[in-house]
Amino acid sequence: MMVTLTIDGQIIHVERHTPIIEAAKQLGISIPTLCHHEGLQPFGSCRLCIVEAFRGNRSKLVTSCNYPAEEGLTVLTASDRVLETRKMVMELLLARCPDVPGIRRLAEKMGVEAVGFKKKGDQWCILCGLCVRACEQMVGVSAISFASRGIEREVKTPFGMESDVCIGCGTCTYICPTGCIEMTGDPGPPGHRVMDMGDLALGSCSNNHDCETCDIDQGFLDKMKRAIESVRL
Amino acid sequence: MGFEKVDEILENYAYKHDALIGILQDVQRLENYLPQETLQYIGRELEVPLSRVYYIATFYKSFSLEPRGRHIVKVCLGTACHLNGAVQNLEQVERVLSIREGETTEDRMFSLETVNCVGTCALAPVTMVGEDYYGAVTPGRVEKILSAYSTGSGSAEDGKD
Ligand code: SF4
Ligand code: SF4
Ligand code: FES
Repeated sequence: MMVTLTIDGQIIHVERHTPIIEAAKQLGISIPTLCHHEGLQPFGSCRLCIVEAFRGNRSKLVTSCNYPAEEGLTVLTASDRVLETRKMVMELLLARCPDVPGIRRLAEKMGVEAVGFKKKGDQWCILCGLCVRACEQMVGVSAISFASRGIEREVKTPFGMESDVCIGCGTCTYICPTGCIEMTGDPGPPGHRVMDMGDLALGSCSNNHDCETCDIDQGFLDKMKRAIESVRL
Repeated sequence: MGFEKVDEILENYAYKHDALIGILQDVQRLENYLPQETLQYIGRELEVPLSRVYYIATFYKSFSLEPRGRHIVKVCLGTACHLNGAVQNLEQVERVLSIREGETTEDRMFSLETVNCVGTCALAPVTMVGEDYYGAVTPGRVEKILSAYSTGSGSAEDGKD
């Protein structure tokens, strides 16, 4: 079923339940995101894509990457309320990962410099869940997941042990917007998540995964790299 | 431990994926915690990725991946309990058992936890031992309540609500 909604004053017809962000894109309106990827199910974790959605004269802030289009919805993607809140979200992200170049660039672009929150220290992971979803939905092995909750939440392999299902494809490394997954045996900079994949690690195979018997399909790797390049900051 | 009991539980839930939480709850009741091998076994049997089982098992506070005592003492620190002196009760439990919050006694009889509400605010301050509720607890009653559990597996009928 098609529905009609208004985004920033422009009218658009889309299939019902299309995420607002997709509808906005069709109008050429871009909304900042960190945890969104067209090839993956939306997750709504970074909160950067918030917009103001109106029903009658009541409005609420919603995440546009997973908010479904409904008949008669009016959306503002850059109202004062949106910009203010988005700035605060960015401040929180910057407070969490002050050393991540991509986050710093994005913050600068949004005019966020001073951070009014206490620094959390050497974090690189923003818990966007892209790696978890990519490993599940693109690669289909679910080698990693979130663990714990609240401030202890992190991404890891079950029990933090070497995974016996990870195929070392590197998809998680490519899709991670903060570059915090290192495919290496050496511990990286502080706060990095190290995936020690032994001989399976991308780049560490002396034969570039070209052997007849190699489980890693080169075409698949290339496809992944291309598909994922678009979300890297 | 063999996995016969776990098999039984899995059968009770007809190996349904969406019953994972219920399965883990029942399995935890067996040993009061979720041993790693058991979680691995459940993942294999249900054909659910281990990462998913691990995610669920670490998400909910009621699951423990560490061995815990036979009796879990939960001191409620919710608003109503807090206002009625729950902190003093907690300190008294810590003294009596010689463990801190989150720890287990050496004899593996008791583990101590705090919770933020057990839904019985009218009985504040509330302390739970296993599945038993104790209301209007005072530091003076703590030792008596706990001693009934340390001697046998029974509960202190006295003052149980
Ligand atoms: S490298 Fe391993 S963890 Fe990363 S996406 Fe591939 S299979 Fe998943
Ligand atoms: S490791 Fe990277 S992709 Fe995965 S949740 Fe953290 S920031 Fe996102
Ligand atoms: S892109 Fe919508 S919450 Fe991250």
